Amino acid sequence: MNRAELLACPECDLLQSDSTVSRPRKALCARCGATLYQRHPHGLERTVALTAAALVLFAIANSFPILSLELQGERTDATLAGAVVALWSQNMQLVAALVAFTAILMPLAELAALAWLLVPLRFGLRAPQFGAVFQALQFAQRWGMVEVFVLGALVSLVKLGHLANVEPGIALWSFAALMLVMAAIEANFDPRDLWQRVAPL
Amino acid sequence: MNGSAASLGMLSCHTCSLVSRAPAAEGAFCPRCGSAVHARKPGSIGRTWAFLIAAMALYVPANTMPIMLTSSLFGSQDDTIMSGVLFLWEDGSWYLALIVFVASILVPLAKIIGLIVLLLSVQLGWGARQAERARLYRLVESIGRWSMLDIFVVALLVTVVQLTALASVRAGPAALAFGAVVVLTMCAATSFDPRLIWDPVKDPREQPATA
Repeated sequence: MNRAELLACPECDLLQSDSTVSRPRKALCARCGATLYQRHPHGLERTVALTAAALVLFAIANSFPILSLELQGERTDATLAGAVVALWSQNMQLVAALVAFTAILMPLAELAALAWLLVPLRFGLRAPQFGAVFQALQFAQRWGMVEVFVLGALVSLVKLGHLANVEPGIALWSFAALMLVMAAIEANFDPRDLWQRVAPL
Repeated sequence: MNGSAASLGMLSCHTCSLVSRAPAAEGAFCPRCGSAVHARKPGSIGRTWAFLIAAMALYVPANTMPIMLTSSLFGSQDDTIMSGVLFLWEDGSWYLALIVFVASILVPLAKIIGLIVLLLSVQLGWGARQAERARLYRLVESIGRWSMLDIFVVALLVTVVQLTALASVRAGPAALAFGAVVVLTMCAATSFDPRLIWDPVKDPREQPATA
């Protein structure tokens, strides 16, 4: 029995053999129904392209205001970094750190890790520290919360709408686009194909 | 081939999902990617309880203390999470009130209760309803992040309003407690090893997938 054909369900540990003859697009655990793997044709190329797009959107989203408030001719802009600074200055350092971590640091780490792993692989090279960076990627995917932040910005927009004249900024649209691109990355990313390219068994 | 990888002396890697033969000694590493591999997450139940108990303790101040302190020419107002929801509701934004209520109050509570059920079921060695418990675990895993919603809302409101002359908004002590609840429940869900649910099952054919 070739060990490349063996799969253990990550959620129930049932050992299953993967038929090499009729490999499905999506394999589910026979016992608990967890997704064992999902194959994506051209997943690598698509993920590289989407990661490049996401990095541009990330840069825009972090440089422009998310929303602007106008009150009696006075205008205040809220950028993401500005929100972290504001919380910090109010003696809420831990909350500021949590916002910076989940909305800035982890999404950036996810994109950086993807670029680190996938760009060399596109040219047939194995990036240094492949296993460690892959683990970092899994961690960043769990803690990056761009989609939750976008919903939070929308809720803030409505809440402020009653108080004053408030306008969505360029960064809000960029964050919304970044959310969609990162969802597309997660839909096209094929870790199984990745590991088979890195270390064919 | 019937049974869990562990019962057949195999280990699967959480990083690259390679299945390898378990070595006789403790402390195995994946032959493909070099990550540490364990048959089951070490100390899973103890760690999950620890994170969970801390989260439960902080859930109380997170919901009773003010999360946002607003002061303006017309007076000052302290908002808890629930009063923020009620404000949105009375204002006619019932859909937003619903979103915030679900994300900030229901989701953390559902996570805590869900994890308690999973932990007790594993510790008491329940041999039934594995498929339902597997779905419960997946639910707990996927909803947790949405609780961060209120933290982001407070962060943005504090930022735009703090500088205006008419009003000032400050983050209240509940923001810290609430942020801690989100992090602790996410850590608890990560510490829990769902494979423990299936360990009492001897013959995997007894429990066909219902999902």
